[in-house]
Amino acid sequence: MALNIVLVTGTREKLQMAAMIAAVSAVSEEEVNVFVSMNAIEYFMVDGAGKCAPSEGKLGELLESKNAPPFMQIVEQAVELGGAKFYPCSMAMDLLGAGQPELLPFMEKPLGLTKFLADTRGQQVLVF
Amino acid sequence: MSEQSKVVDARGTFCPGPLMELIAQMKQSQIGDLIEVWSTDAGSAADIPEWINKVGHEYISSIEVEGVWRVLVRKKK
Repeated sequence: MALNIVLVTGTREKLQMAAMIAAVSAVSEEEVNVFVSMNAIEYFMVDGAGKCAPSEGKLGELLESKNAPPFMQIVEQAVELGGAKFYPCSMAMDLLGAGQPELLPFMEKPLGLTKFLADTRGQQVLVF
Repeated sequence: MSEQSKVVDARGTFCPGPLMELIAQMKQSQIGDLIEVWSTDAGSAADIPEWINKVGHEYISSIEVEGVWRVLVRKKK
């Protein structure tokens, strides 16, 4: 059964945790689908990929000061090593007025919420 | 003569870095190859054998020397 993640946060701790879960699940031979929307999506765009996400608290600060791998590096490992799929939310793309060229190359085509809910019905869905 | 292993030096990286570096090395290795991961992250030293067992490779041993865990595995598929 697939593991599905709804990723909406713009903060470091939750982005990191979602990336870790996506990567470890994907390399453990699970199908992983991540629906990226709201404040998360800017980090998956060409212009925002290198941006440092703000921390929520102490753990987020420690992630940076102790040189934990950046969440985007873990996301890329999830895709390259485990075949995880990341889908931009079509509503968020519309709000931003952005198209596929503005997204990072590994991003899939935009997906609507209705389709995502239909595809994941009865499956495990985690929200960050 | 003892069998040579490839070393993945993941010292200084945090979870899931050592596991990911092991998997990257495994993708480039042949079935039957021995790979030894060096990790200073205790959580990863515990998690790598779990992953090995889940996906069907062979976990051989794990030792800790002066804060560095050396986890030895064999690629099986």
